[in-house]
Amino acid sequence: MPEDPHSLVAPYALDALDERDEREFEQHLALCERCREELAGLREAAAALAVGAPPAKPPPELRQRILDQARSERQNVVPLRRPRRWTPVLAATTAVAAAAAIVLGIWATSLDNSNDPLESVLSKPGSKLVSMGHYGGVAVGPDGQAVLALAVPPAPASKTYEAWVIRAGKATPAGLFSGRPGTSIVKVSKPVGAGSVVAVTVEPSGGSPQPTSKPFVLSGAVS
Amino acid sequence: MDRDLAHLTDEAVLSLVAESDDEALAELYDRFGGVAYGLALRILRDESLAQDAVQEAFLAVWRTADRFLAERARASTWILTLVHRRSVDLVRRQEQRRGEPLESAPEPVASEQVEEQAAIRFQRQVVQEALRQLPPDQREALELGYYAGLTQSELAERLGQPLGTIKSRMFTGLTRLRDLLAQAGLEESLR
Repeated sequence: MPEDPHSLVAPYALDALDERDEREFEQHLALCERCREELAGLREAAAALAVGAPPAKPPPELRQRILDQARSERQNVVPLRRPRRWTPVLAATTAVAAAAAIVLGIWATSLDNSNDPLESVLSKPGSKLVSMGHYGGVAVGPDGQAVLALAVPPAPASKTYEAWVIRAGKATPAGLFSGRPGTSIVKVSKPVGAGSVVAVTVEPSGGSPQPTSKPFVLSGAVS
Repeated sequence: MDRDLAHLTDEAVLSLVAESDDEALAELYDRFGGVAYGLALRILRDESLAQDAVQEAFLAVWRTADRFLAERARASTWILTLVHRRSVDLVRRQEQRRGEPLESAPEPVASEQVEEQAAIRFQRQVVQEALRQLPPDQREALELGYYAGLTQSELAERLGQPLGTIKSRMFTGLTRLRDLLAQAGLEESLR
């Protein structure tokens, strides 16, 4: 029996879903602003339940263990001149798709870490993640190389998603993709320079030379 | 080590963590480590597993704080969400737990034996009082879901209730809890 995905928001906030329901709900969450807003409030209440648990005193060595481990991870990082946002060690040791996932309200679950294109962009110093609203974002490397991380459902039959790099009002086709359950990781086939915007439209199969519909995903301008 | 981070908000401390400031991580641990451990122990009922859960959660904070910052959500909510998540992941791997009666909880430690901030102790009282004000079936759904780490389906089976009923108790209970806490002014004091 198919269930109303909205009804899973409270069990999700309580971490009371099995894996399959959880995956389904996270896909829904990526597309449903209402659920993300609701989840924000319910998570506060769930965190209050955490405070309501009986107090216990952690052993003193736990603090030291955490700090030692944290410091040892930091030592692997090549120092950068300016505050870094994306580091090789972060990219390597954490689920990279989490970059998009946290923005989508998926805070705590580990995601598939096999998304190499995204990792390769985000691991470059000076790379950044530009939000594309609640669908996800686009990682842009210092060289203009860019990768989309978007939670979009599979494209309808005989349709495709088309990425665009828009600059000075001119849209350049930047690749086709079909979407998949979960997060789609898609290389942008054209460089994304400063002042550009990345957009995605739904086009007839085979793509179009120019957008035929309004973009349903649009990034902020890349700085 | 003489920097005084105590006057900073949780979010400000977290933004230092995002810049790989380990003293800031220590400060966050000092603020939330006790609550985190209490929660993990409540769920896992095993000191060594509870330590693992807390450690993994704080390291996740360390690794991903920069990504979380843009969220504008409360730092404490995020940290405790991570701790809960890790604890639930671990408890679900403990298969022998499955057959245990729901009632078995660890012996609570007397509050006065645990050094913690007065603010946390106050919050705990408010939360426990709010829980007492919930209808028993809603309270049960929240407690068994959140503290016992049961999924909604397991809960439905154990309580002999339809899944829809469990979902609705969780939703109504959590919403009401949120409202009760807001009335009690906990929103502000958690800041």
